[in-house]
Amino acid sequence: MTPPESSHVEETVVMTAEAVAEACRRIAQEVVVANEDMAEVVLLGILRRGRPLADRLAKLIHELTGVAPQVGSLATTLYRDDMRSGMRPLKHGYGKTHFEFPINNKTVVLVDDVIAAGRTVRAALDEVMDYGRPTRIQLACLIDRGGRELPIQPDYLGWSVSGAPADHVSVQLMETDGQDIVLLERAAKESENERDDASP
Amino acid sequence: MSLLIKNGHLIDPASNRSETADVLIRGKRIEAIGKNLDGDKVLDASGCIVCPGLVDIHVHFREPGYETKETIESGCRAAARGGFTSVVTMPNTDPPIDDAGLVEFVYRRAHEVGCVNVYPAACATKGRAGQEMTEMAELKAVGAVAVTDDGSDIDSSWVLRRVLEYADMCGLVYLAHCEDRSLSEEGVMNEGYNSTRLGLPGMPKAMEESRVDRNVRLAELTGARLHIQHISTAGSVAIIRDAKTRGVRVTCETAPHYFTLTDDALADFGTNAKMNPPLREAVDVAAIKQGLADGTIDCIATDHAPHTITDKDVEFQLAPFGVVGLETALALTLAELVESGVLTIERALALLTCAPAALLGLAAGRLSEGGPADVTVLDPNAEHAVDPKAFASLARNTPLAGRTVRGQVRATVREGKVVYRSDE
Amino acid sequence: MNDASERTWTRKDLVGIEELSRDEIELVLDTAPQFVAVSARDSGIKKVPVLQGRLVVTWFYEPSTRTRSSFELAAKRLSADTLSISASTSSLVKGESLHDTLANIEAMHSDIVVIRHRYAGAAQILAERHDSHIINAGDGRHEHPTQALLDALTMRDRIRAVRKDPEAGLDGVRVAIIGDISHSRVARSNIWCLTKLGAEVVLCGPRTLLPPRVDEMGVEVTTDLKEAISRADIIYALRIQLERQQRCLFPSLREYIRLFRIDSTSIQAAPEHALVMHPGPINRDLELAADLADGPRSVILEQVANGVAVRMAIMHLLINSGVET
Repeated sequence: MTPPESSHVEETVVMTAEAVAEACRRIAQEVVVANEDMAEVVLLGILRRGRPLADRLAKLIHELTGVAPQVGSLATTLYRDDMRSGMRPLKHGYGKTHFEFPINNKTVVLVDDVIAAGRTVRAALDEVMDYGRPTRIQLACLIDRGGRELPIQPDYLGWSVSGAPADHVSVQLMETDGQDIVLLERAAKESENERDDASP
Repeated sequence: MSLLIKNGHLIDPASNRSETADVLIRGKRIEAIGKNLDGDKVLDASGCIVCPGLVDIHVHFREPGYETKETIESGCRAAARGGFTSVVTMPNTDPPIDDAGLVEFVYRRAHEVGCVNVYPAACATKGRAGQEMTEMAELKAVGAVAVTDDGSDIDSSWVLRRVLEYADMCGLVYLAHCEDRSLSEEGVMNEGYNSTRLGLPGMPKAMEESRVDRNVRLAELTGARLHIQHISTAGSVAIIRDAKTRGVRVTCETAPHYFTLTDDALADFGTNAKMNPPLREAVDVAAIKQGLADGTIDCIATDHAPHTITDKDVEFQLAPFGVVGLETALALTLAELVESGVLTIERALALLTCAPAALLGLAAGRLSEGGPADVTVLDPNAEHAVDPKAFASLARNTPLAGRTVRGQVRATVREGKVVYRSDE
Repeated sequence: MNDASERTWTRKDLVGIEELSRDEIELVLDTAPQFVAVSARDSGIKKVPVLQGRLVVTWFYEPSTRTRSSFELAAKRLSADTLSISASTSSLVKGESLHDTLANIEAMHSDIVVIRHRYAGAAQILAERHDSHIINAGDGRHEHPTQALLDALTMRDRIRAVRKDPEAGLDGVRVAIIGDISHSRVARSNIWCLTKLGAEVVLCGPRTLLPPRVDEMGVEVTTDLKEAISRADIIYALRIQLERQQRCLFPSLREYIRLFRIDSTSIQAAPEHALVMHPGPINRDLELAADLADGPRSVILEQVANGVAVRMAIMHLLINSGVET
């Protein structure tokens, strides 16, 4: 996820480490409030960064309720809709879909770091449905970047960021990048309107 | 009780010994070789040569299936009378020796006879049909010393190639009867002036030479060992000489009749001179002798092929191929090769003892202390006429009847037992 | 798991292993595990939409149930449509040429054509002249690339489990391939694949079933079974065909069994940890004893499962890598 090389990049901090922690706490509380029986809730983190976020949420929920929901990973690579058109070379994904619990009759909370076009979440929904029939599926995102191409909205949101399509939102987490921070990288020049790289 | 063979001229080509010496035998083994030894029973070998029991790697003992011509027992007796203590039998019996049970049968029969060492060769293809290989690993495991379809060549080059490769893998050597039957088909004698004169269909030399060449080339392709049997022509000698210089793992043998007689011997339509390959011409006899002298030909083997008098007592065209040879081989070797100066007696005896034994890895053909007491005592000077009626073989089919030869076996000892003693 | 994100697949077809680089082979092996997971979903649907709307044609000149089924299943699990053509139903019997038949298939807008043919080179000449993505399912004695890839995946998974090292490869692993090497496309593809992955390969069989100068493929050769398996980590048994005996290539099944069969007697010469593999179908008690085929050393069923996943991976890479056709 690198910004266009030719542009001059202006970086703004959208969320500091404290803000990230606070957002996670709030999301955890909202999940607890919205779901009576935490034993029926499972978290599926959308790789790559959705998984560490899901692990954090599970820990926070455990602190709040004494129950830790089970956590798994979703790769979504095999469900991407841009594959069929062969429009770009395959990204071979970050890891495998893996969860060791059944999802039938559960509440599945999908967890991702950023939602933009919504296509990744759509792929995640298709994949989850192929594994079974959850009672309901909810979506938790740290950042909403805007730029929707599908009618999909998060149930739980950390922060909203608006920016030009060429701007790039970069989420970094301790587990994957060594620090917690969310950055907005603005292109100083007008660059080509590429397909949104921030939509994983 | 010991047996002492005394005062003889000892020749052991394997150890390069040629000197006056005594041989002391105890039990089945040679206890000592030296001068002025003492023993309980004495066999006086004065004026005689004392050499290792002779080794013949090509004999037909006809059992099972053709016991009127020869049996393992009578064949062994013929061998002993000829000074041979080890023979390799060919598998073209009925049934042919193409499975382990039959190999074991030959060993058992020979053991019962208890006369000379018999080593069976097994068939290379099932039924000698030239189509499917025999189970060579198993045949080797029960003691077959070589594989061959002798009597016939393997016509299909595809099959022969696979036979050579497989035999080599199993540690067996293929003994090749080289004959293109489509060239020799009707033939009953060498194709040449004599066959034209006599009005008999001929077997051209190319029938043998074309297959010697092909077989040599397959040996070269596969890197396998090949031993060519009974070569009879100058052309065959030349092909093998050349192949050896190229490093091909080929060896060969010839029979005494090929350095003794030409197709002139057939002038009287005598079927006892009819064999396959046939007697050739003077130029071939000369080339065979040269091949023996320069080492191209590795050993002498008789191709002892007995037939009954009745079998042979028919029109030349219809008579079966084959002559006996065990009881005349030594005399012919001495007369044609040693007396004429082609070979020294030591070299000639090597071709009948350690050389053939080495080709097939047999523990035979040498005199050594601690080794098996297989010894032959022969009088190189005794002159006599070949008398088929005196043969120990059941068969009489030799072209040499009445021929005056020099050299006679006085005694043959095998595993310390005297298995033949001449009367004179 | 290896992050394969930077590697790309650039070939239109999979014709053989000989021309592949180590990286390309490893890309396939690293792409396969996600498809293993798809087939392993017990409560869910064993399908992903990767090849939705695509047409995969299996075109088999030689009869084969297992390989054909494996390809068809792989295509179906990727949500593709499948069509099967066999020699008896194809117009080949009516004398139509190879190229014409493929052109007719392509006229139906096939995306992938999986071809098995009895003559070497068939897949290659088709791949060169046609636009379809061609997968070679076996051409004569030449190559059977998907078999070698599924074998390598199976071996790698086991090595990783035994060494408890999720990044381990096949470097230095010793594989003994036993049997009719001469007629085996599985052997040839495996030799290329294993040597490129750094494994040691030793071939063993009767002299008459070893191809000339095969040592020049970078392998050891022996006719002695004990010697071949004495230090092997993997023993790979090839199927022996009765027709070979009739072509004078070995004297009898009995003798072949005595000298080359992998059974509880001969396996004593192998290390305790040595695994047993076979490309199938097995002649039970012929080249491989039944108790070994079913026993704890055998990974034969894993080979079959991995076969579907590897074929899914290859079809995915061929179609979705954006390679121009």
